[in-house]
Amino acid sequence: MLSRSADNLFWMARYIERAEATSRLLVMGQRMALLPGAHHRDEWRSVLRVAGCEHRVGEHALVSEADAVRLLVLDEDNPASIRTSLGRARANGRAVRTQLTQDMWESLNDGWRLLESYDLADARRELPHLIDWTKARAATFRGAVSTGMLRNDGHDFLRIGGAIERANMTLRLLDVKYHVLLPETEVVGGGRDHYQWNSVLDALSGKRAFHHVYGGQLRPWLITEFLVRDHIFPRSLAFCVAQIGYHLGRLGTTHDARHACHETVEMMLEQLDTAAEGAIFEAGLHEFVGGALNDINRLSREIAAAYHF
Amino acid sequence: MSLESGNGMPFDEMCDDTGAVRECYRGVERWIADNGVAGLNRRMEEAEAIFRRIGITFAVYGEGGDPERLIPFDLIPRIFSAAEWRVLERGIGQRARALNAFLHDVYHRAEIIRAGIVPAELVYRNAAFLPDMVGVDVPGRVYSHIVGIDIVRTGPDSFQVLEDNCRTPSGVSYMLENREIMQRMFPGLFADGGVAPVDDYPAKLRQTLIEVAPPACKGEPVVVVLTPGPLNSAYYEHSYLADLMGVELVEPADLFVDADTVWMRTTRGPKRVDVIYRRIDDDYIDPLAFRPDSMLGLPGLFHVYRRGGVTLASAPGAGIADDKAIYCFVPKMIEFYLGERPVLENVPTWRCADPDDCAYVLDHLGELVAKEVHGSGGYGMLIGPQSTQAEIAAYANRIRANPSEFIAQPTLDLSTAPTLGPTTTAGRHVDFRPYCLVGKNVRLVPGGLTRVALVEGSLVVNSSQGGGVKDSWVLRDL
Repeated sequence: MLSRSADNLFWMARYIERAEATSRLLVMGQRMALLPGAHHRDEWRSVLRVAGCEHRVGEHALVSEADAVRLLVLDEDNPASIRTSLGRARANGRAVRTQLTQDMWESLNDGWRLLESYDLADARRELPHLIDWTKARAATFRGAVSTGMLRNDGHDFLRIGGAIERANMTLRLLDVKYHVLLPETEVVGGGRDHYQWNSVLDALSGKRAFHHVYGGQLRPWLITEFLVRDHIFPRSLAFCVAQIGYHLGRLGTTHDARHACHETVEMMLEQLDTAAEGAIFEAGLHEFVGGALNDINRLSREIAAAYHF
Repeated sequence: MSLESGNGMPFDEMCDDTGAVRECYRGVERWIADNGVAGLNRRMEEAEAIFRRIGITFAVYGEGGDPERLIPFDLIPRIFSAAEWRVLERGIGQRARALNAFLHDVYHRAEIIRAGIVPAELVYRNAAFLPDMVGVDVPGRVYSHIVGIDIVRTGPDSFQVLEDNCRTPSGVSYMLENREIMQRMFPGLFADGGVAPVDDYPAKLRQTLIEVAPPACKGEPVVVVLTPGPLNSAYYEHSYLADLMGVELVEPADLFVDADTVWMRTTRGPKRVDVIYRRIDDDYIDPLAFRPDSMLGLPGLFHVYRRGGVTLASAPGAGIADDKAIYCFVPKMIEFYLGERPVLENVPTWRCADPDDCAYVLDHLGELVAKEVHGSGGYGMLIGPQSTQAEIAAYANRIRANPSEFIAQPTLDLSTAPTLGPTTTAGRHVDFRPYCLVGKNVRLVPGGLTRVALVEGSLVVNSSQGGGVKDSWVLRDL
């Protein structure tokens, strides 16, 4: 296939995932801001940091829900906003129109200009509706991919893009949770800490899944294990990396060539597999997350180089 | 030649002079009565929602506003009887063959100029003539592979060609989508098989392109559609055709030239390209050969083309055949190259390059339609009867300053077809563009694009100027 098409499919999937991730972040922000004794500025600031746009508010400014909604829902210049993400997903899809099924295209095209008509007051009032709407767009898109798209190399590139974006979001959430949310006076595992971990699981739709796997023990190191190393939770780092590895493996076969990205993904999988239980948490979550984010970004660059994006 | 239907009224496609519904419109008349105008208007919203969801849109240059606008679609089909189509089919194919023969001739021995039929300066001093193409042999001697011929009707047996489009006529996706939507919404209308299908157009287009593979191509030719990109107004059509033909849709940046071959960049490395259905103008295809400032083109493409390493459809320089000043000579071309009588007439045309014609045009500008020779899309034209004195005077000055850049034609009473209004159906002026395919064989699907001027009395059907489209039916003899 055309290298440009591979690039477009990869980014189309990333932006769809990003739109959904941003809408989940907003849910998390709302919940945390409602916690007893919440310091509002910390909660919303941390949400912006996860989304990679903390620099768009002043260093000491009080960050409000209105700021978050403006930046994360409506802002045309912010690559993480829902509006930008959906718009770019569609623009990428339009550039590879011939690679998409009719249903995939319609899921990108349907209502794509909805957010243009919203001002901040509308968006705040209708936030729950907008969040559901965004998640439904992403779900419709994935459903159309799942049941209609040919399992060719285009599908591999698309799924790799989606998995990279999901892995990214999980890592960022972990990082922010550990180093931003908790005030220094609080104890790890204390009351607020407990609620915040709950919110992280919520934001990843992982609470029930966690209980199924670990049976109700909301311990920070267990949650970390779950989000980093679990093999059956589809938003865990290990699951996403395994999925990237699977699709890269397929591309290696169909293209009859292995590249640096194949080595990198195997190395990452092996590291995740062989770490001792709890080791990541003890050795320093922040250091681990930073390293993993670097690896993911490197992987993304190596894929682009290997397939001439 | 009679341009009018006789009674001063435009020809009514649906009803004859006594007000009786013509045979070919009987089925549609019943369908309108069964649904009622209000009922059809409700279905109209449904149609529009489908168009928007599918993403069939159209951008208008220089107007700003909605970058992805819908072309208005009218639900009531425009209908040709089998007998009418037999005449059109012969006339369209004949014209497409003659235009290609002319193109081969002017880029080789120019017999038609030697014979004194077409003036030399009209060809050689024409901006659309491409000297680089002289002596280049193109596969199958085909220059224009898709010929769009704009046809108007002024009477029961009077079909006339308004203009030819030999480069990259657009709009065929509307022909296909309009039918698709009508079939989806009103399957009952098509149940008896009385309407000839058009859905094999993409397969025929692909076959046509394969037939003109270059000499250097061994094995199955690789065909691509070349688009300027998603910002182009016809991008939807480019991707739609590529999709239905099952070929890659490429942008110039996806291609490169190396070792007298055109390649596309793929995830597996370079892949050879044999036939390029290009939807980019001559000026922009190769900055080395044509406009050096073009950011769109592919350096070296024209070199490979001349050496027979790749086929371009249409051929560079094909625009000389659809030039509005050359248009006047098409009936003579048909006689000269084919030895046949033209089946379809031209609209009488005054060339302002000719002093006598020019004097007549300036005297009668208020009654005529004047056009720029190189204009298209309904831009830069003057409709005398619908213009103010000041507009006419200003246009006359433009003609005086540069007479050879203008032609003029009588203001035609275009036929009207019933069109859905808010409370009733009303006749609106229509024209018709069929798409004739020329490879080793000439192919024509039974249909085309009917454009309709949605504003009462308006004669401008261009989608860029507020026109709409209709499904066009050719009935079969059953």
